[in-house]
Amino acid sequence: MTSATPEPEGTAPSPDKSPPHSEEGRPYWMVEVGKIGKHRREKTLWQRFKEELYADNSFTVSVLAVLLALAVGAVLMVLGNDTVRQQWAYFFYQPLKTLEMSWEFVAKAYTDMFKGAIVNPDTFNRWIWGMTTWQQVLRPISETLTNAAPLILTGLAVAIPFRAGLFNIGAQGQAIMGAIGAGTVGIALDLPAIINLPLAIIVGFLCGGLWGYLVGILKAKTGAHEVIVTIMLNYIAALFLGWYILRPAIKDPARTDAISKPVNESALLAKIFDPSLRVSLSIVLALLAAAAMAWLLNRGRFGFELRAVGHNPHAASTAGMKVGTTIAMTMALAGALAGLGGTTMVLGTATVLTDGVVGLIGFNGILVALLGRVKPWGVAAAGLLFGALQSGGQAMQTFAGVSNELVTVIQAMIVIFVAAPMLVKAIFRLRRSPSQAASAVLAKG
Amino acid sequence: MTSTTMDVTLDVPTGYWTRERKTGAVLTVLSLLGTVLFAMRAADGPARFFFGDTVQGASFAVNGKVGAIVFGLLAVAAAVTLLVTGKRYGLWVSLSLLAFVISAMCWLVSARNGSVPLSSLTAITIAAALPLIFGSLSGVLCERTGVVNVAIEGQLLTGAFLAALVGTVTGSWIAALVGAAIGGALISALLAVLSIKYVVDQVVAGIVLNAFALGLTGYLYEQLMQRNQSQFNNPDRLPTWSIPVLSDIPIVGPALFRGTILTYTAFILVIVVTVTLFRTRWGLRTRAVGEHPAAADTVGIRVLGLRYMNVLLAGLVAGFGGAYFSMMSATSFTKNITGGAGFIALAAMIFGRWHPVGAFLAALFFGFAGALSTLLRILGSEIPGEFLAMLPYVATILAVAGLVGRVRAPAADGKPYVKG
Repeated sequence: MTSATPEPEGTAPSPDKSPPHSEEGRPYWMVEVGKIGKHRREKTLWQRFKEELYADNSFTVSVLAVLLALAVGAVLMVLGNDTVRQQWAYFFYQPLKTLEMSWEFVAKAYTDMFKGAIVNPDTFNRWIWGMTTWQQVLRPISETLTNAAPLILTGLAVAIPFRAGLFNIGAQGQAIMGAIGAGTVGIALDLPAIINLPLAIIVGFLCGGLWGYLVGILKAKTGAHEVIVTIMLNYIAALFLGWYILRPAIKDPARTDAISKPVNESALLAKIFDPSLRVSLSIVLALLAAAAMAWLLNRGRFGFELRAVGHNPHAASTAGMKVGTTIAMTMALAGALAGLGGTTMVLGTATVLTDGVVGLIGFNGILVALLGRVKPWGVAAAGLLFGALQSGGQAMQTFAGVSNELVTVIQAMIVIFVAAPMLVKAIFRLRRSPSQAASAVLAKG
Repeated sequence: MTSTTMDVTLDVPTGYWTRERKTGAVLTVLSLLGTVLFAMRAADGPARFFFGDTVQGASFAVNGKVGAIVFGLLAVAAAVTLLVTGKRYGLWVSLSLLAFVISAMCWLVSARNGSVPLSSLTAITIAAALPLIFGSLSGVLCERTGVVNVAIEGQLLTGAFLAALVGTVTGSWIAALVGAAIGGALISALLAVLSIKYVVDQVVAGIVLNAFALGLTGYLYEQLMQRNQSQFNNPDRLPTWSIPVLSDIPIVGPALFRGTILTYTAFILVIVVTVTLFRTRWGLRTRAVGEHPAAADTVGIRVLGLRYMNVLLAGLVAGFGGAYFSMMSATSFTKNITGGAGFIALAAMIFGRWHPVGAFLAALFFGFAGALSTLLRILGSEIPGEFLAMLPYVATILAVAGLVGRVRAPAADGKPYVKG
């Protein structure tokens, strides 16, 4: 509103109603407020930080969402533990003891979670005193990164189409197809690792991509709703996997259960720290994919078209973009990313094909993408958080005796709160953010 | 806020090649190919069909080759009729598909010299369709009022969980069913608040609520139920009520008239929802809100209130149906006991074109496909069971891709209404 448009002569208001003009000859409502008082200085960084700290910007909302979810988790922990729950019957008799007991239990569980996800201070101390190896210190981090890698990839597989206005529920099926492709190469071929591993990865990438392209082309040609199509393709892929691993060429003849022959050594993703730690090249692959997607969305031509289609397909079409092709290629790219996620599962951690080889990475990928606000680096961060929650959940189950399923609840709660920022805002009575309010709409385009 | 997905308008073909005629042409080619294939592969021996639910008693036999050819030709005839007339779409498509399936059965059964107990086939069909009927009715109630219900899975799961829990604690199956319905309503209350009040994208809310329900029931199952099964996870099986004369009808009798309260409720609900949705004031208002909330608001209908109410009703229905898993097909709850039935129910609703009767028929079709794949797996058929089990999913994809008729959601489905 800095440039005042000259008013056409004919439409000029009558003199008695014309507003007072400022010295620059503009109507007063067009002069920027900041320019009136010269005494008003620019806000310092610290002032801005103070303003943003308790406002509804996306960072604060995300952090509060995690805290809220952990609080809900704490309630469920108390409910789920027999001893603590029974103590609550005596709440009015021994209120302090009840609260203390609950607090101790919850604190222990979350501490175990931290120890299992980031670092265990005890192990660290023992390492300082030379009583254990460095591998033991890094083990929690290694587990977190191992869990995070496929989640980042499937998260990207949901986030990228979301920017184009497509909701990809099919990362699960695409990951399964990717795992089948990569696993087949790994089982069937035993070339030198320098050829075999890239080949397996590429085949996994393409198989997932094909499964995604199917959705895209159906959407582009017939308008079939991608949510329904991808849900159906998930089941088809899962059934196909169940059939596929029982084929004589794939199935391990030495086993009676449904399990494939092991993937050849030459196709496995190398461990990056130490052979005793599970973390492999897959996390490198995942971060590279996130970087590539960030570049594509912000700098790439295809990324621009993708976002344009997400904002307004009609405008994109008017501007000469081929909306159908963009949709099909976006879904192919998404499928390929999810296929890569499945590939990392079979070449990095499982090393065989089974019914549940990809676990639930496709479904968790949806949550990761939403938590990451469908931005590539956000997805990477969310994937790391979920990876940490999952490896921490394992430790919590082992040491505090709290079922690992609690992690699923916490993950879902985090995403509920992140997806409904108005809810978080209302609970914590957050100020409006001066810069950008976390909108109810996840950024599309 | 708009829905997550853009609206790609369909180019409806005009002129001679209407959608009906195209489908007719595709079906003609498919059924011709099928007939030739089935006739070639079918054995020249009998395919035996028994009326009872075992392979004993009264039966009739069809020569495999003859049966495959006759029913195959019937399928071709129905498809050609559709191609030529281009009218009576649903009738000819379903006739053609039915004849096609019978022809395929003649082939598969005769090739194994097997026999089919028809009563048990229908009974399995109905049983497998029950949760789908409840789930898809829940979907219809929700989506007709303009709220996408992807959370059917979560509603069924919570219903199944609370049915087992309440049923064990109180020892009464009536209380268990009430608990189940309330469980479904809890999830749908969350769905309603998130999508109506906090205008979260409805598909996102549904997906997240599914994860939430899965995690919550899984957690409570492992923490409470697994440790003392007898105290928390040991509900009674729902009592079976046989209707005296009707349940003795061959083939359909045991399936329809020897069921539990869930079986009868499902049939009654289909009728009730159909009648109320299309014949009452509430139904008219619901449909108006689903198609054009602004117009409905203008004439004084409380859009958001009606949406809240219908979403809650949908939750009650789905939760009630969830009791099937823990009190009818099994008598305990296990982690993820629904195994994706909610998503198939969603598909059934779409396959049934957002109409209660259509959804009911689609659920029956999906149940039949499941029963058939079980049966053929037992017979050891030439088609792997996994591929047969894929049938409903492929059919749904074809349906939404527009190959099986026009599928159109309510116009305001998935779009939150902000009064302005």
